[in-house]
Amino acid sequence: MRDTTQPDNHLPNAPGVGFKAGHFDDLIATPGPVQWVEIHAENYMGDGGRPLAQLRALRNVMPVSLHGVGLSIGGESPLDGAHLARLRHLCDWLNPASFSEHLAWSTHDTAFLNDLLPLPYTPATLARVADHIDQVQQALGRQMLLENPSSYLAFDASILSETEFLAELVHRAGCGLLLDVNNVFVSATNLGFSPQDYIAAFPLHHVGEIHIGGHDAQADEHGAPLLIDSHAAPVADPVWALLDDVLARTGPRPVLVEWDTDVPDWPVLAQDATRADRALEALAS
Amino acid sequence: MSAQADFAGGLLNPDHPAPKGLSDGKGRAAGRRYDVYRNNVTTSLAEALATGFPAVTRLIGEENMKGLARMHLRASPPVSPVLAQYGEGFPKFLASVDALSPYPYLPDVARLELALRRAYHAADASPIAPELLASLPTEQLVAAQIGLAPAIGILRSAYPIHDIWTYTLQGGPKPGAGPQDVLVLRRGYDPLPVELPAGGFSFVTTLLTGQSFGVACDMAEAAHPGFEPTDTLTLLLTHDAITHIHGPDR
Repeated sequence: MRDTTQPDNHLPNAPGVGFKAGHFDDLIATPGPVQWVEIHAENYMGDGGRPLAQLRALRNVMPVSLHGVGLSIGGESPLDGAHLARLRHLCDWLNPASFSEHLAWSTHDTAFLNDLLPLPYTPATLARVADHIDQVQQALGRQMLLENPSSYLAFDASILSETEFLAELVHRAGCGLLLDVNNVFVSATNLGFSPQDYIAAFPLHHVGEIHIGGHDAQADEHGAPLLIDSHAAPVADPVWALLDDVLARTGPRPVLVEWDTDVPDWPVLAQDATRADRALEALAS
Repeated sequence: MSAQADFAGGLLNPDHPAPKGLSDGKGRAAGRRYDVYRNNVTTSLAEALATGFPAVTRLIGEENMKGLARMHLRASPPVSPVLAQYGEGFPKFLASVDALSPYPYLPDVARLELALRRAYHAADASPIAPELLASLPTEQLVAAQIGLAPAIGILRSAYPIHDIWTYTLQGGPKPGAGPQDVLVLRRGYDPLPVELPAGGFSFVTTLLTGQSFGVACDMAEAAHPGFEPTDTLTLLLTHDAITHIHGPDR
């Protein structure tokens, strides 16, 4: 049964944060500029208890975005029907302001590998992913946003660019896009392309949400920089700069700060949200 | 072999070479870059196990847990993206590790942690008013079915796992020897293990099969002559674990 007392059910063009259970009280008491939250769907697939109680309380005070991390949309195998049913159940109960998932795969045979794994960009993978997105949108009865991945390597088999691949998915499956600006910076650094060129080629009209987050810096065996999309640190300066570039082109959009590992106390996370708020406000002036 | 099977093959197998056809995007072979994925998979799943079994982790130490978790996740990766369910096979795995034979209680401590995790995610349920039970005439109570909360869990161990858990995570007194029966209860949102009095195990497991209060008392009496249900009922009532009473007429 949908709760009609929910706040306006769309993501505002304002900062949001990835919700962590330990931040619940602080978020309610001192949200600062935070106007919405995003949750990882797979953490809320139990029958009850504190996770669902917190979610019930949260959705009455701010819009909630549902973000899947386990659907394996880029997988070679058919989508996991049981998992899609769980997702539909949660989506029907929560009625989130948005649903998003990743251009990646995470399940092979029966093994769930708990990482967002890469795929080559070919006509065959394009057809498969478009088909999977179509199935998800049919099952959930809503449009979904698809997120661009962080890449650590490239496939010799790829014959389409990532932006071409995403644009064609939008065209074929009618999905929207979630533009993760940190992922763009990480991939561009790792694979040696220009993040500005990538943004220029991205189908920006279809971006319904933006992610920013922290990364770790390592090096490969040749000493070349290898950035890891860790979500374990503050957003890096070049990513803030890239966010400004993106917002200048897209106009205001919902901007989410992700911090999933070594999660800091609320004020530290709220600081990044405040900085995102300033980036959005700079557009208006 | 499909492209993804090839890519997936090395993720859970450190001896497996990186797949072919991968580059750094700048004309060189991907080399160690594939290891980023291998590391993400292994580390995140090992962390999921360590998080899910905090008492076991404390008992054997973080480094040992890391090693054991890696062995387990490579042999038995999760079969569902819902990681709250991952680790069902971990107690059995612990029991199979020869090096852990001096710590025979570990598998049961792991089972207790699984029961606590299940309780954390279990459906909410409203408890009955405690007076309701006391107000029933004896003959009705004897014939009644006592419904218990979905969060409830029950374990029987040859080791004092309640005391080991409490000592390890909550600074309780040093555990002694001897078996313990443990009930997992959830009042509000935080599950808690409590030790069952003698006979309580038979009483509660019988109630859980849907048998009447009278039958449960008989089973408990058989297991432990002189069984008195008051202590066990008080445990259940004070932890909001009794959710309904069905009379025989309903």
